Amino acid sequence: MLIKITKRSAEKESQVTDESIFNDRRRIIKGLGFAGMGSLLASSQHANAISLFGSSDEETFKQKALNFTKPDAFQIDDTLTPELKATRYNNFYEFGLGKDDPFENSQSFSTDPWKLVIDGEVEKSVTLDYDDLFSRFDIEERIYRLRCVEAWSMVIPWVGFPLHKLLEKAKPLSSAKYVSFKTVFNPKQMPGQKSRYVGGGIDYPYREGLRMDEAMHPLSFLAVGIYGKTLPPQNGAPIRLVVPWKYGFKSIKSIVRIELTEKEPKTTWSMLAPNEYGFYANVNPKVSHPRWSQAKERRITSGGLLNRSRIDTQMFNGYDEVASLYRGMDLSKYY
Amino acid sequence: MFRVKPVHITAIKVITHLVCLAYIAVFYYWGFTDQLDGDPVKILIHEMGIAALNMLLLTLMLTPLAQTFRQGALINLRRLFGLYSFVFAVLHFANYLLFDLQLDWSNLFEDIIKRPYITVGFVSLIILLLLSLTSPMRIRKKMKKHWQSLHNLVYLCAGLAVLHYLWSVKTVVGKPLIYLFLLIIILSFRRQKLNHWIKRQFKA
Repeated sequence: MLIKITKRSAEKESQVTDESIFNDRRRIIKGLGFAGMGSLLASSQHANAISLFGSSDEETFKQKALNFTKPDAFQIDDTLTPELKATRYNNFYEFGLGKDDPFENSQSFSTDPWKLVIDGEVEKSVTLDYDDLFSRFDIEERIYRLRCVEAWSMVIPWVGFPLHKLLEKAKPLSSAKYVSFKTVFNPKQMPGQKSRYVGGGIDYPYREGLRMDEAMHPLSFLAVGIYGKTLPPQNGAPIRLVVPWKYGFKSIKSIVRIELTEKEPKTTWSMLAPNEYGFYANVNPKVSHPRWSQAKERRITSGGLLNRSRIDTQMFNGYDEVASLYRGMDLSKYY
Repeated sequence: MFRVKPVHITAIKVITHLVCLAYIAVFYYWGFTDQLDGDPVKILIHEMGIAALNMLLLTLMLTPLAQTFRQGALINLRRLFGLYSFVFAVLHFANYLLFDLQLDWSNLFEDIIKRPYITVGFVSLIILLLLSLTSPMRIRKKMKKHWQSLHNLVYLCAGLAVLHYLWSVKTVVGKPLIYLFLLIIILSFRRQKLNHWIKRQFKA
């Protein structure tokens, strides 16, 4: 084992090789598991079996540098989560349930060409192709806190544009009360959509929704980039939602359709477990998940096991400016 | 016919020590030096928990394997495998208490009482502790027939450990269900014993 550790540090000079070897090594250790039991389990899951032998020589997804402004209002003081952690520790069940599966299984995911359609209760529907995502709007960088419903959080510099700018282009009708979002459905490229054992038994495509006033709030953001570059697939390429005052699962990835509706749309997690996940999913330290507390969170920054990163969770993840949207609502009922 | 001899058992024991200790050393080295992508605390909690479950199920597979293939020597591995399951379970719990809760004791007690998945996980840890404490031959001989009744709790422990895993995730389809399936297979070899045991409990 010590020999392997030395080898890793020797590879450190070249960043690309370093990462792939590092990931490979973890996979080998995991695959060895215990007297073959680990690998037995791994190979029973098809995607793991593929990644076990296939992806080690594959290249990582090519991200492109972006040009953007950095408005002062969104440059916060919180320590950023290192890019390597924000892009390797993901929940994106379309690519598998493990935190490293989205990276492992998505590097050949194709994002160009892409088509994003905005329709429903609008005056004129809008279609954006891949290039439009980066050119139709002024893009800017915003540093947001991201709080996962699993009680961990990150601080991430997103690049993109406010959602309301896109919705305004489509001229919403007065009948538009909600906004519904859908992730691409592409089982050929997303192993979790092909096999329910890889994808956690979720009824794909993944869908999410916001109330119209939430969607029009200036904080609601469509990200096309992260850490100054285009999004990698595991973070929701080529375009994803970021709603920083709600739990991370609301921030739907790889969006192909935005539909304005009269009725509250169905959303994936509240369909799967309505007693655990509601439509609103606002970050709220006072309302526990039925199985765990939401009062605290562990902030993922740099530093290993000894990093003391356990902090109090803030109401609305610290974005108090959205409180007025929920005046008079019982947030323990509308969780 | 091939027979598992004592020398094979010794070899398996040596390999078990090497694999388990190396696994622990490598993961903690990566954890302390921040070389694990993502959240080192969650990753170590998860890896040690899975390792504990793997060793526990492996322990329970030994008897059916020994019976089916008539390899009585395999029985000698049960104690070592079981003890490593306990070691991993302790590390799993220690990661949660030291690095996740950061010694917030009131939070620990609240979790154990209020969060069913932590309650059942904690109960299976306590069972593993009792079984480990009573594992030396000396104590086993002293306990006579009580030893077997105490050690029958290993089935309850395995059931609760799998339940702990099922309840800790957002969706059970996938690995947690595979563990449930394995557990059912392992327990099905002991249908008669379990039936007998359950009946006795109700009579008493």
